[in-house]
Amino acid sequence: MPKMLGPDALLGWAKKERQEREKFESTVQICADTGCRASGSGVVVKALRNEVERQGLQDKVNIRETGCHGFCEQGPLMVIEPGNIFYGKVTPEDVPEIVSETLLNNRVVERLCYVDSISGERIIKESDVPFYKAQDRTILGQNKVVDPFDISAYVANGGYSALARVLTSMEPEEVISEIQESGLRGRGGGGYPTGRKWEQCRAADGYEKYVICNADEGDPGAYMDRSVLEGNPHVVLEGMMIGAFAIGAQQGYIYVRNEYPLAVKHSKKAISDARDAGLLGEDILGSGFSFDVKVMRGAGAFVCGESTALMASVEGKVGEPRPKDVHTVEKGLYGRPTTLNNVETWANVPGIINKGAEWFAAKGTARSKGTKIFALTGMVKNTGLVEVPMGTPLRTIVFDIGGGSANGSAIKAVQTGGPSGGCLPTEKFDLPVDFEALSEAGSMVGSGGMVVMDESTCMVDVARYFLAFLMDESCGKCAPCRIGLDRMLEIVTDITEGRGTAEKLALLEDVAETVQVASLCALGKTAPNPVLSTLRYFRAEYDAHIRERRCPAGVCRALITYSIDTEACTGCGACLRACPHEAVSGAKKEPHVIDQELCQKCGICRDECKFDAVVVQ
Amino acid sequence: MSTVHYAGILETVEGHPSELIEVLHDIQEESHYLPEDALRAVSEKLGVPLIEVFRVANFYKAFTLVPRGAHLITVCTGTACHVRGGSRLLDELSGQLNIAAGETTSDGQFTLEAVNCLGACALGPIVVLDGKYYEHMTASKLRKLIESTRAQDNEDSAYA
Repeated sequence: MPKMLGPDALLGWAKKERQEREKFESTVQICADTGCRASGSGVVVKALRNEVERQGLQDKVNIRETGCHGFCEQGPLMVIEPGNIFYGKVTPEDVPEIVSETLLNNRVVERLCYVDSISGERIIKESDVPFYKAQDRTILGQNKVVDPFDISAYVANGGYSALARVLTSMEPEEVISEIQESGLRGRGGGGYPTGRKWEQCRAADGYEKYVICNADEGDPGAYMDRSVLEGNPHVVLEGMMIGAFAIGAQQGYIYVRNEYPLAVKHSKKAISDARDAGLLGEDILGSGFSFDVKVMRGAGAFVCGESTALMASVEGKVGEPRPKDVHTVEKGLYGRPTTLNNVETWANVPGIINKGAEWFAAKGTARSKGTKIFALTGMVKNTGLVEVPMGTPLRTIVFDIGGGSANGSAIKAVQTGGPSGGCLPTEKFDLPVDFEALSEAGSMVGSGGMVVMDESTCMVDVARYFLAFLMDESCGKCAPCRIGLDRMLEIVTDITEGRGTAEKLALLEDVAETVQVASLCALGKTAPNPVLSTLRYFRAEYDAHIRERRCPAGVCRALITYSIDTEACTGCGACLRACPHEAVSGAKKEPHVIDQELCQKCGICRDECKFDAVVVQ
Repeated sequence: MSTVHYAGILETVEGHPSELIEVLHDIQEESHYLPEDALRAVSEKLGVPLIEVFRVANFYKAFTLVPRGAHLITVCTGTACHVRGGSRLLDELSGQLNIAAGETTSDGQFTLEAVNCLGACALGPIVVLDGKYYEHMTASKLRKLIESTRAQDNEDSAYA
């Protein structure tokens, strides 16, 4: 590709690319993100390319392998334009029909359309699918229209025009005040005002400054940063460039989890393409501004999501946090002023510059502006990535977009904010999701994970799970976190294994409060949240474990037994054959029994039984 | 033997201490673990004391100082997978293979790993065998997967 010597060259390039794309009669947008790949989108893409070629349609049909569309539950999925036709759970066998019916004859293949679970109606257009209808996909919506591996697709859609505008007609201070007026706050969890961070970093002493993109999305149950970086790496880069111009940085880093190989690959490719196009490196677009970006991979340490630990890791050191008496905007990476923002925060920047602060601030609540992406997962029907204006009630997200319970079991809670967040019961589902409201309720927006829990989820087990996670991930530098979490886990494990006492429960609360106050970094300070929030809203479950030695959800192994309902059992023998521990016995066509001595409670018999005859109590 | 593997990697680095984690990743991708002589060579090349190289290799979970088995099974234990029974899968595999997470079977066939989150939460529980993702896993599907992988290996060795 030619080097863009100025903003006009960029405009010309965009126009040319748009014209190229207008030649096609139709476009198939197939999700080729990690999630859809896991469900088999790779073979669908291959089959589609072959079929299009076989029918000689290469000049008419544009096949675009895109990043995440969000509705992962329906993967592999595709949208065909014109017509906005949505097909889900597509297999390679469906491909010839899609080509001959939809692409050649504009007819819809009805069996591939989404069926609304309430009305039973087939829905043709993506925009009419309930999952998408209540969303505002400002950031995620771009994934569909760009090919993450092709810079020209991003440019054709107006990419880098915000950068051009900033470099040619704005002063750094103007950029900062635009971001400040927009009300953009950090999407990584803290919710710190982005514009204020930039202003402080610009004001900090020092010639060399850095910007960092935090793509170390460590919160289990959150994957929006992966999807944005994988699906639209250039929007993140453009955001970083604008930020670098505003604060006066020459070097940037993208710190990305090694568990996200596709995000690593796409961001590296984006950087090298941007460099070739003259959008990164020396004298960008002939403006005199120089800036470059490097990708650094994380190595599986959760604590590196914390800014000071992350910076230590970028320096090639052990990722231990340091006290933040001096902020990283003054002394960050290599002791120099550094602005660190999360992937989603950076991705919001070009839009704000192009459409203005007022456009952004028009969405959201009084103190939380714009849209936020949430990863809706767990025991909910429509799992996937959801983008809504800040302030949308939890109920809308879980029930209208998420479609409610996955299997008919009643939903009882949603866990937000990852290991630092908390579990909110259904009584709190009318809360508007914004930074303040969730934190007042004992949870947090955090990075945006929303794990839905139903009657089959044990809240004590969830608390134990998070404690085990955090104890494992604690870097061990400060005692309250290192020792406190260990003791808390011991008490909660005792409860889940039938050794809990009321006195220990009081001790648990006491230790939790100490860890909250005395820990060095945010990992420790927020670590007790899952315990405290489950105690606040689900104390009855703790009581059942302690007083009755019973796990109401049937999860805690020490407190449950597997048995066979003799009425429902048909004696088919499926469980008997499947049981790896030889704990099931019984004659053919006679009800079977489970030997409690031999049973390891692995649940295989229940997975295998087609008659729901295996009962857990 | 391993020297051959990582010599090329060391040639591409500039020799700055900040490259440490990246270099360790590259070596591990080639050798599937971090051999001692590699750590020594990295220490020399980047000018980072060996004890610091070792500390970094130990601190980060992605690195392993012992060789991995022929097959790598990764079980996602993220929250979304956990509420759908992911941790039960890990217990089950542990029992079936008779090793704990992070260990390798005595015949060198399987290494079992638990990972915090793979970011494919909507499809959980997720298990990855040799880079291939298996979605909506159950204990019984997993047992069959291991058995068929073993059977495939036996077949391959019979023809070898």
